Parts: sequence; C-alpha cells; structure tokens
Amino acid sequence: MEPRPHDPDLYDYHPYRGRPKITWPGGKSVAVWVAPNLEYYEIDPPAHPARKAWPSLHPSVVGYAHRDHSNRVSHWRMAEVMSKHGFPGSVSLSVALCQHHPEVVEDANQRDWEFFSHGIYNTRYAYEMDEAQERAIIEDSIHTVQEATGQRIRGWLAPALTHTPRTLDLLSQYDFTYTCDLYHDDQVQEVKVKQGRLASIPYSLEVNDHYGFFVYNMSGREYADALIRQYERLAAEGEYSGTVMCIPLHAYLIGQPHRIGPFEEALRHIAADGRAWIARAGEIVDHWRGQTGGGQG
Amino acid sequence: MALDPSYLEYPHRRRGYDHDFFEWSCLHTRPPVHWPDGTSVAVWLCVSLEWFPIVPAGPFKAPGHMQTAYPDYRHYTARDYGNRVGVWRMLDALAAAGVKASFATNAAIAERYPELVAAVIEGGHEIIAHSTDMNGTIDSSLTREAESALIGEAMARIEAASGVRPTGWLSIARQQSWHTADLLKEHGLTYTCDWVNDELPYAFKNGLINLPLNHELSDRQIITVQQKSADSWAESLTDAFDWLAGEAAAQGGAGRMLPVHLTPYIMGLPYRIKALEDWLQGISQRPESWFATGEEIIAHWHKQEQQDG
Repeated sequence: MEPRPHDPDLYDYHPYRGRPKITWPGGKSVAVWVAPNLEYYEIDPPAHPARKAWPSLHPSVVGYAHRDHSNRVSHWRMAEVMSKHGFPGSVSLSVALCQHHPEVVEDANQRDWEFFSHGIYNTRYAYEMDEAQERAIIEDSIHTVQEATGQRIRGWLAPALTHTPRTLDLLSQYDFTYTCDLYHDDQVQEVKVKQGRLASIPYSLEVNDHYGFFVYNMSGREYADALIRQYERLAAEGEYSGTVMCIPLHAYLIGQPHRIGPFEEALRHIAADGRAWIARAGEIVDHWRGQTGGGQG
Repeated sequence: MALDPSYLEYPHRRRGYDHDFFEWSCLHTRPPVHWPDGTSVAVWLCVSLEWFPIVPAGPFKAPGHMQTAYPDYRHYTARDYGNRVGVWRMLDALAAAGVKASFATNAAIAERYPELVAAVIEGGHEIIAHSTDMNGTIDSSLTREAESALIGEAMARIEAASGVRPTGWLSIARQQSWHTADLLKEHGLTYTCDWVNDELPYAFKNGLINLPLNHELSDRQIITVQQKSADSWAESLTDAFDWLAGEAAAQGGAGRMLPVHLTPYIMGLPYRIKALEDWLQGISQRPESWFATGEEIIAHWHKQEQQDG
C-alpha cells in the first residue's frame, strides 16, 4: 500500500485574520457562484470494492428515479429561475450526460454556463484507481466536454467526492485551474501541488442543497433562509477581503415544487443586494490569481 | 493498487437511458395536458393502508416495520393505530373537503378490516394494490416466478375481500425488480406509482403507465424522516401547489400534478390531523385545483395522449 501520511499536505495554514485585501470587479465584496450538479447515475453500475452505489439491490428505483427527475423535469425549472435572476451556472458535470441526455448539456451551454468535470458517472468512484486509470478519466472528461460544448474544462469536483492522493497533482499537470474538493476556507486559496499551480475555490458542503435537505433536514424555506444568512455574513466580511459564496445544487432537490419558490426568493435577495459579484467559477479564480500574482491571497 | 479494468468500461454509455424501461422525455417540451373545467393542478391524494406482521420477513424490511426484539408490541400497535383510528379521521377530513383519494391497500387490510375497506369504497375512493402485507416487499432477489406469484396473490386477495380489482399498483417503498414492470402488465394492471422521476403520467415501452407518487412530498419523508412539524408539512405542500399553479399559468394552462402521499399512523394523529384538514379545505377551494384519484388522472391523461397521437 502507498504511504498514508497523517497530514495530506494540501495547503499551508493561512489565518483568516489579517489577509491581503482581495477586491472583486465593480468593488463587490462577495463573489457568488452557483454550481448545479448535472449528473447521471447508472441504474446498474459495477461494484466498487470501497463503496456501494445504491442502498438496495439494483434497480434501486427511488434512488435512480429521484436523480432522473433532474433530467426530465427539474433542470429546466432550476435553470429558468437562475437565468431570470441573472445567475449563470458553473456546472459540475457527470460527463457521460453528454452521451445520455445531450439536451440537458446543450441547455446549460446555451445559457453560457461553465462546465467542470464531476467524473464520468456519479456511480463510478476514483478510490483505488492507479495513475493510468485516473489519467483516463481526466482525459475522457476533457475530450467529452470539449466535443459536446466546445469548452476546455478548467475545474474538477471528484466523482461522488472520491479521490486518490494523486488527484490534485494530476489536475495541475493537465492545466486545470481549480478544484472544488477542499472545504477549508471562504476565500480562494492556493493548493500545494508538485508542479504548476492549482487553486481551491470554495464550494460548500454546508449550504449544499443535499446537506440542507438530507443532513440538516431543512424545509425549502429554512434552506432559503440559510442561504440568505450565509450571503449576508460573507458580503459583510468581504469588505475587508473578498469572499466567495458557492451555492451547490442538484435540480432533483432544489427543483422540487415545494422548494423552488423559496429558493427563487433567496436568489432575488442576493441579486438585489448590490454587494454580490455574480460570476462563474473560472472568472472568480482568474480575478483572485490576478491579484495575488500566483502567491497566496 | 488498481481497480479491475472493467471498472473503466461503460457498455451503456449511449444516447438515452442505460436501461430499456422507458424513453427519455422532457416535461417542459411535451404537448400540454389539460385537466377538466379549466383547472390546472391535479391534486392526487394517496393514502397507504399497511398491515405489518409482527414478525418481519421478505426480501427487505419495509419502512416503518418492527424494530425491537420479538415481540415488538410498540411498533405493531403504533402502526395498527393508523388502521383503527387515524384513517377514520382522514376519511372524515376527505368527506368534509368533498374530495376523493386513492388508497394503496395491502391485501391483508382488505381481509382483516372489511369495515375500513367498505368505507373507502363507499366514500367513492379508489383502491390501489399495495402487495399482500408489509412483508410483501419486492427486489431483485426474488425469482420472476416468486414475484409473479406475490403480485398475483395480492391481486386475488384484494379482489376477493373487497370486490374490486385495482388498476394501479404501488410497491412497498416503491422498490421493484428488473421484472416488475412486465409482471404488472401480465397481471392486467394499468399503472404503477413507483417511479418518482416525473411529475406527470408517462408510458413505459411495454405499455404500463407510471403515475409518479413523489416521495419527497410524503408525510413519511417530511415528518418521520426530516422530523418536521405537521404545519411545516402543510407549508411545503402549499408552496408546491402555488409553484405548480404558477408554472401552469405561465405555460398557458398546461396541467401539473401534485401527489400527496399520506400515512394514517403519521398524519392521522390527534395533534397532526388538523393540519391536513385545514390544508384540504384551503386547497380544495382554490380555483386551480382538481382533486382526482389516480385512475381518474390516468384516464384523463390517456384520452389526450391518444388525441395527440
């Protein structure tokens, strides 16, 4: 087995107090990005030695059909609300969706959303892959998204949040700009990689709709209220140095009819406030990089 | 360390689904369905009538099943409370609001509690088949023959005890096997409620219709799993109705559907029932609402499907 150091050595400690000032375009204090997960879960994926894909024998009808709701119904509901209030998406994409339901990917592309890879399927896990296998899914992701959308992906959110200790080094080798897999900060931060550079952009587990509804058991209105509180705090603190707020979404959750109305009110609040730079992930990382000159921001 | 090379092969990576049950279709680009009398939101109430044997058995343990060592009087009786008391409150609430519902009924309920099933039928409500009892779960560990026998037994016992042969089927926990869709068709059923991937009826390739019974909007999910109050349940259901009515209005009256899955031992408790009563009163008075049973919704949808070709 490869060595497993107790400290994965991902980044340097960098206290929140006293950081250099980051400013966002137009003097905004908080960069807000929305990350819809456009996913495909396989109905009968192969077994992985470290993680079970479904809680029951296949077909796990509720689990599969719940996710499929995104691709038949709720993607459009969610996307319309985002577009109406001026929020582009930065898409966490199961790249096989480009083959299965190109209509969904095309809709996101038409809305001028950015794509990054969330693996091939959300039912294929990276744990225990060797380097060649991991390179294969990275290259597959780059080529698949390029062909489907014309975009060269710049970011990565590991499939079902499954990693290997070499993932981040490989991403910088393939000229990725950012990872969404590290949850240690409310600002963009430098990741320690063997060669080149890689930024960590704050994604969020805590205000991820999945956590909101299935870990913290929030109602649609309580989740919308949590988003507004998260926003208000980060907008205030961003006056000292620009913060980042991510809203990670799954259409099959946020796009349910009992949740989308309160969510729209949260977007309306953020869009009307005036302190938010509503942007895509790549732009946020570029602006941060431009101010920190490659060093720690 | 490396994974088996087959783990990076994707034999079903292709246009459309990785299975052959039904075709992909997008709700927002389908021909609109229109409900009767200018209404826009079909409200489908589905009440589950469940009898839990005190000894759990079957391929998997149904949600709500026994939890302690034998004999689990606590859960056996708390579940049966729904059949003795809670559901009668619900029947009164439905009558007071003047609305009809579907009752997803275990065969054992029809046999054990004939007064209840007679009242359901007398009230003009629909019986949906809901397996034999709460041990009658289905998954892919069953042989095709064993599963067919289970479905056949449930249908025969419900028909013998109630005099009604249901056209709809709800699997326990909405869990199916690879064979269920074909077996339901072979046993003469018109529709299933198990697939929660859509918000309107749609047809499987074998002709079976799916009437999606949203599990997220169930009292089990909101109250038992997410531990919200009955008032929070009502607030979420009203938010859903308002959103769907707005979506319908914005799309020229294109019909939407709000499925409401209810469980007597959950929502029929004294301190929760008023939230249901008030919600039914409020929504039944909204001009957009059409309260209908599952088979009424299916019939209405099917007629328009045929007209649309």
